[in-house]
Amino acid sequence: MSGNVLYDAPGPRTRRLERIGSVIFGVVILALGAWLVSSLAGRGVFDDRWAVLTDPPKGQSAEDVWTSLLVTGLGATLRAAVVAAPLALVLAFVLAVLRTSKVTVVRVTTTAVIELLRGIPVLLMMFFALLGFGLSAFQAVVFGLALYNAAIVAEILRAGLAALPKGQAEAGIAIGLTRWQTLRLVQLPQVVRLMLPSLISQFVVLLKDSSLGFIVGYNELLNVMKTNYSFFGSDSRLPLFLAVVLVYLVVNITLSRVAVLVERRLSTRGQKTVHADELAADPKATAPRP
Amino acid sequence: MSALIEELPRLWEGFQLTLFLAVVSGALSLVLGTVLAALRVAPLKSLRVFAAAYVEVARNTPLTLVFVFVVFVLPTLGLILPLGTTPAIIALTAYTSAFVCEAVRSGINSVGVGQAEAARAIGLGTVATLRLVVLPQALRTVVPPLINVLIALTKNTSVAAGFTVVELTSTSRGLARDNPADVLALLAGVAVCYLLITIPAGLLAGRIERKVVFSR
Repeated sequence: MSGNVLYDAPGPRTRRLERIGSVIFGVVILALGAWLVSSLAGRGVFDDRWAVLTDPPKGQSAEDVWTSLLVTGLGATLRAAVVAAPLALVLAFVLAVLRTSKVTVVRVTTTAVIELLRGIPVLLMMFFALLGFGLSAFQAVVFGLALYNAAIVAEILRAGLAALPKGQAEAGIAIGLTRWQTLRLVQLPQVVRLMLPSLISQFVVLLKDSSLGFIVGYNELLNVMKTNYSFFGSDSRLPLFLAVVLVYLVVNITLSRVAVLVERRLSTRGQKTVHADELAADPKATAPRP
Repeated sequence: MSALIEELPRLWEGFQLTLFLAVVSGALSLVLGTVLAALRVAPLKSLRVFAAAYVEVARNTPLTLVFVFVVFVLPTLGLILPLGTTPAIIALTAYTSAFVCEAVRSGINSVGVGQAEAARAIGLGTVATLRLVVLPQALRTVVPPLINVLIALTKNTSVAAGFTVVELTSTSRGLARDNPADVLALLAGVAVCYLLITIPAGLLAGRIERKVVFSR
């Protein structure tokens, strides 16, 4: 592993030793895994409980189980996330704009509100909605997710605004736009593009937090899993749990990969933009960019 | 408001339990997370792959699901844990250590290769290089993100409310049930308890961060 600050680039002898050591530890890890599996097998984990995913008992079909998990459960999880995310984004815009206000009272109040929202657990916000305002479970989940993530996204947007070159806002003012127009037409579009990777990873956090619906009684993926294993008996808990973990991993890792791809694309584009700016002195280079 | 004052002892009990969960699982995940980070930068590829796989799975699984595993699934595998705080501490530690690992790893990576090269060039050995040059710089960059991870952990202890642990958030549910007339005041009281921990910690992280930026 060259380029690591902790040790020098290895020579041929070290590389050989590293390879041998890697194989030895790999074997140890695999052996531990094998021991775990065999001890689980000794407790009868590999009996017919796995049939719940392929050929379930009690007159149900595999289709019933998977439809309940993927359509009812994942559907409800995604519905809460997809309703909450735009709400959070709109609220975050408002908070971010108010936070850059010239009026001290507005700025300080907004900062306090953001700090308040960031410092309270999402679950407690859901309890506020559920017990304090008497909202339904779905509304409580959306309420908690939207408010909490609004505060986080507002901070992301603020960081983006701070990272933008000052000349952008100055140029907007210079061509006669008001401060609000400059923000809306010049700064925010660039900030959203700049911060898109962070926004996508925040959406993954939001999606994960929607599982708190399990506690406030919203019938999302985890609750559907619970209904299923209450019906099929406690032996079916492990297979159903692993199925749900797999669903979350697939959805979240896909989203994270998209975030990385977007980041890479933006950074190459950014380089092109810088390149074009450098050439801008040359009249031939001012042709419209593709 | 009077209900809030009457119920202060219950609130205090919940606060203590939340603090206990946060401190114990915080300490454990700092240790486990640092070990994971060491594995992730180890020269042996099999260790790196193992630690990376653990971190990837733990970071993309909701904490609630980790709790479900420890509380509901482990007993069906013949592993019966004592009720109460033990399963909560295990779940919180397993989840948080992945985030600690990432914070520590990015801290180590933030130290430029040239720093270690310069240290070796002036004749420092491996231990001296680590102790005098690499670790002091890595620790500085690591502390603010680590505090943020611990703040998130403090808020995450609330998930234990869904799994029979009577910490702050669970207390808030009980208080609301017993005093239906003062629900909002009581919930606000619980929120203040969380803010008492999270806001000072956030300010501390911000202050350290500014200091680090300044010294660079």
